[in-house]
Amino acid sequence: MYNARPVIIGLAVFIGLTTFPIWRALEKAAPAPEPELDTPAIQQMPEKLCVEATPTMRARHMQLLGDWRAGVVRDGRTVYAGQAGKKYEMSLQKTCLKCHANKDKFCDQCHDYAGVQPDCWTCHIAPGENKP
Amino acid sequence: MSFFFGVVVPYAALITFFAGLVYRVVKWARAPVPFRIPTTCGQQKSLPWIKASKFDNPSSTAGVVGRIALEALLFRSLFRNTRAEKVSWQGGPKLAYRWEKWLWLAALSFHWSFLIIFLRHLRFFTAPVPSLIRLIDGVDGFLRVGAQGLFITDVLILVAVTYLFLRRVVLPQVRYISLPSDYFPPLLILSLALSGVLMRYFFRVDVTAVKELAMGLVTFHPKVPEGIGVLFYIHLFLVGSLFACFPFSKLVHMAGIFLTPTRNLPNDSRANRHIDPWDYPVKIHPYEMYEQEFGKKMAEAGLPVEKRWM
Repeated sequence: MYNARPVIIGLAVFIGLTTFPIWRALEKAAPAPEPELDTPAIQQMPEKLCVEATPTMRARHMQLLGDWRAGVVRDGRTVYAGQAGKKYEMSLQKTCLKCHANKDKFCDQCHDYAGVQPDCWTCHIAPGENKP
Repeated sequence: MSFFFGVVVPYAALITFFAGLVYRVVKWARAPVPFRIPTTCGQQKSLPWIKASKFDNPSSTAGVVGRIALEALLFRSLFRNTRAEKVSWQGGPKLAYRWEKWLWLAALSFHWSFLIIFLRHLRFFTAPVPSLIRLIDGVDGFLRVGAQGLFITDVLILVAVTYLFLRRVVLPQVRYISLPSDYFPPLLILSLALSGVLMRYFFRVDVTAVKELAMGLVTFHPKVPEGIGVLFYIHLFLVGSLFACFPFSKLVHMAGIFLTPTRNLPNDSRANRHIDPWDYPVKIHPYEMYEQEFGKKMAEAGLPVEKRWM
């Protein structure tokens, strides 16, 4: 092999950089998140139902919130018919956060894990959070 | 089935990628480069009062490093791309060369978008996510459509790949020199980007479950969470195909650019002596040896010889 030194160094640097997640996982490991559903409001519910079924909420709650926002802000619709025909007010603070009052143990669990940076909290205030 | 597409395909693709890339690079490195053959695009270094072109005709290793770095990061050779055109000038036809920068622009925005998208995806493979990745994610995704974030690179890569593909199909000269191996990568990358865009903006999949799968792959404890949409497996299979075919297609120019003798050699053949690595003692048989062997017989047969043999 000609110019073995630069070629081997180049290959080693490339493979070292591209396998960076593997090295990092050896020293730092975060367990899979477990969003907590244990709030007083949920405890008191006779039937523990969210607006939509759990798989739907897990995958596309952000789209639902976007639709709610557009419905309220643009079209003046404020009522959402959820699963089993139940009616909900389209409001993050009045509907979602009434049950899920534990932002750091519910919302933040998955958001931090997946590195998502939603900008809900630039306008909305999480329950128990006093600063504006 | 989801174990096959979620675990077997990614591992197989990555092993093929790394093994194939090492194989290709070592194969290139085993080929001797006999002497300096750089493409010269400027004045060579000669007398001190003649201004030399440092990057276009490098005379030192530093110049070569600068040349390759500028080529890999900014595509300088594409920036010089020209288009030949027949124009009428002073009443007659004339060949004119126009600076054609769309190819450079599309190629540059495509490659940089791809790099940024690749780096953004590291948020699925690292936990906790490094702040640099979060920063890239935040800057790239600062636009909003309604409440939905929009990644600038997602738009750029779709536009740029579409342009690069259409260019091959529409321009007759480019279509003439295009082979299936030229059409395949842009189409594959286009479908990859489309499946990603669909998943991000339209048909969401469970991102937390996706990350659990990705972290399982990274920590070598693969597990396939339930309920990830089929679109994710399509996306993963496309990216696996891209990685697997990478070392054996033209995509390997990522490594090849650094091993191109016309780019990575300084033009110093007049300053330094380079010994040809192919220069071994050759077996020769000159006329003197020939006559040594057959002189007597030649002389007997009456053929002209240089020495007296009889």
